[in-house]
Amino acid sequence: MLKSRDELERLREEAMQKRAARESFVTVCCGTGCQAHGAERVAMAFKDELRRRRLSPRITLKTTGCHGFCECGPLVVLHPERILYVRVSPDDVPEIVEKSLLGEEVVERLLYVDPTTGKRVVHEDEVPFYKKQMRLVLGNNGLIDPTEIEDYIAIDGYSALAKALFEMTPERIIDEIKRSGLRGRGGAGFPTGRKWEACRNAPAPDGVRYVICNADEGDPGAYMDRSLLEGNPHSVIEGMLIGAFAIGAHKGFVYVRHEYPLAVKNLGIALEQTRRYGLLGEDILGSGFDFDIEVCRGGGAFVCGESTALIASLEGQIGEPRPKHIHTTTSGLHGKPTNLNNVETWANVPLIINRGADWYSKIGTATSKGTKIFSLVGKVNNTGLVEVPMGTTLREIVYDTGGGLRDGKRLKAVQTGGPSGGCIPTSLLDTEVDFERLSEIGSMMGSGGMIVMDETTCMVDIARYFVKFLTEESCGKCTPCREGLDRMLDVLTGIVEGKGGDGDIELLEELSGVLKEASLCGLGKTAANPVLSTIRYFRDEYEAHIKDKRCPAGACRALITFSIDEEKCVGCGACAKACPQDAITGKKKQPHKIDADRCIKCGICRTVCKFEAIKVV
Amino acid sequence: MKERRLERIDEIVEAHGCRREQLIAMLQDVQDEFGYLPQDALRRVSERLGIPPIQVYGVATFFKAFRLTPRGRHLVSVCLGTACYVRGAPAVLGQLKRLLGVEPGGTTDDMEFTLETVNCLGACALGPVVVVDGKYHEMVGPEKVEAILEKYGTIDARRTKGNGHAEVPR
Repeated sequence: MLKSRDELERLREEAMQKRAARESFVTVCCGTGCQAHGAERVAMAFKDELRRRRLSPRITLKTTGCHGFCECGPLVVLHPERILYVRVSPDDVPEIVEKSLLGEEVVERLLYVDPTTGKRVVHEDEVPFYKKQMRLVLGNNGLIDPTEIEDYIAIDGYSALAKALFEMTPERIIDEIKRSGLRGRGGAGFPTGRKWEACRNAPAPDGVRYVICNADEGDPGAYMDRSLLEGNPHSVIEGMLIGAFAIGAHKGFVYVRHEYPLAVKNLGIALEQTRRYGLLGEDILGSGFDFDIEVCRGGGAFVCGESTALIASLEGQIGEPRPKHIHTTTSGLHGKPTNLNNVETWANVPLIINRGADWYSKIGTATSKGTKIFSLVGKVNNTGLVEVPMGTTLREIVYDTGGGLRDGKRLKAVQTGGPSGGCIPTSLLDTEVDFERLSEIGSMMGSGGMIVMDETTCMVDIARYFVKFLTEESCGKCTPCREGLDRMLDVLTGIVEGKGGDGDIELLEELSGVLKEASLCGLGKTAANPVLSTIRYFRDEYEAHIKDKRCPAGACRALITFSIDEEKCVGCGACAKACPQDAITGKKKQPHKIDADRCIKCGICRTVCKFEAIKVV
Repeated sequence: MKERRLERIDEIVEAHGCRREQLIAMLQDVQDEFGYLPQDALRRVSERLGIPPIQVYGVATFFKAFRLTPRGRHLVSVCLGTACYVRGAPAVLGQLKRLLGVEPGGTTDDMEFTLETVNCLGACALGPVVVVDGKYHEMVGPEKVEAILEKYGTIDARRTKGNGHAEVPR
């Protein structure tokens, strides 16, 4: 139990000495992505091997949260040299220990191969995926065990809290955050300092104010908040502590998706340790400031990412939003002034307090400061979490960091901003990513999903996909969103099924206008973005579906037929064997044929054919 | 049996401090225990929290995480997050629907499999992802689906081969 700032500093000294005493340490990424690849077995193998050879505590093992390079998991990094091994299996472990930990040899076959040069890369920071990144928030994920508070303390953890409590007044803290230019990372980009100030200044007769961390990360294809909570929960807790002190709150909530079991678990462990160390609870570090945090699990409703819906859900109600003419900073949870920020926003706070607003505001663009974490996914070579300064271009993110497109395909669009974001065409790849620029081109920042699409993605179908998602997730409270989305889905479904007609595009545009103007909350107001942006940039695809009954991408099942290219078919019979409909016939070593009447266009023949003989038109 | 069930529900409610803020977490724990949310469970939770049954029912039907009917022995979840979608998840779902003969949310007649779709599992590097009983199957194409299902139980042979168009759920 730490009772003062001095005790915290002494503990830090000890923790740092402990770290300095060991010769080297191994980190195994055990984020959800790497776990699914079997990272836990790799970690276990290291543990056994280190024990068997009696190397502990000279060499220690750390299981960490997500490093970001999910494409190549399980990831193993040897410190202090930062040698990176990719796609490690438990069987590789004895060799790594023998050669690289006890000897000075590198295990060549486990190194990352740069696909553009064909060269093997030894050190983590030389990998192209990491090179252009600026990992201020995410970087520590790779250095600490999220279940060990002393790991976080050893890397300067809770020093920002101590500084805030003992050197700064609440007003100074708010001023610092305002001057830093930090804006909400949940998507809307509201200036964080101003929100804090509004909440602090809101009248609270009984003195009760709340802070909330929004970890209901609902955008499909986005997982940066989860990775922060899994890999560095203390950075979020520290941010909340500083915010609560500045605002004058004594109780905080983290509303986290139930689909993220590991995040819930690691956050729970972190909170328990924080309390045990006296960094949460009463009279924190002897400052007289009291604060505690409660974790609440979400129930899988996208709309609960909206602040008023989230608050309703926290109150045990169904998660419907309410009109915001009175802001939640004035009347939020249980009618009290409530300040809600996203996970990534909170995690930025300790950085700003420690290094100052002047430093922070030098990073980024004129209106968007700092870095942003994106989850770069889809048809890109290097799927993973990418943290770059605001203002980095889409081209740099997709090609330099992401390594370009998979399977030699051509880039068609980059989708940002989650289901209510927009699809950005290749002609705008040099757009500098920040809050304003993305809105100008019809998309938005959102929470940071970035989905790369190639020529096989049909832009009408993807618009229909997002509208379907939003129709299902619309809470149904206001008519424009409930009925408007339903109607748009009908029209879009008609188009992809070849039943589109003249006037459909105009009808979609009109409905979009109503949604934007008349919906109650952000979900409805932005729901038309995927439709409007695809019409704006890919109108020819809509027209091909409507006028020519043709899907240029070959994706819409009602508009395509499967056939076999006789030139390419060698008659191996693989497709005929796999066809669930027995629709493919042909003699051995003779070109096969597909019976169009029996074919259900399931696509299995195309995936099993090794000769690219299945044509889709 | 019923008594035991109510006792267990009381334990769950108390483990969450009888607090309304924890309603979702309580219902999730009840569902983990019984596989779904039985009607008497919802009533009991409403009594214990002192809130109207309609509010508990409202929450139970509003959030995707909850189901009010029993589920099959194996839970098959197909990720339809955007990353999985653009990498071919629709074809995987199509094949699962065909093999199991149910739509998402449905359970096979023999109570072996329940099929559901999820919005995103955040394992985008592995997509398309199919999770069966918590185990992740990565880079799944439609051709791999049958082999995955067979690891967990027998799928009705009539559904798998040459059943013509009439019974194929589209």
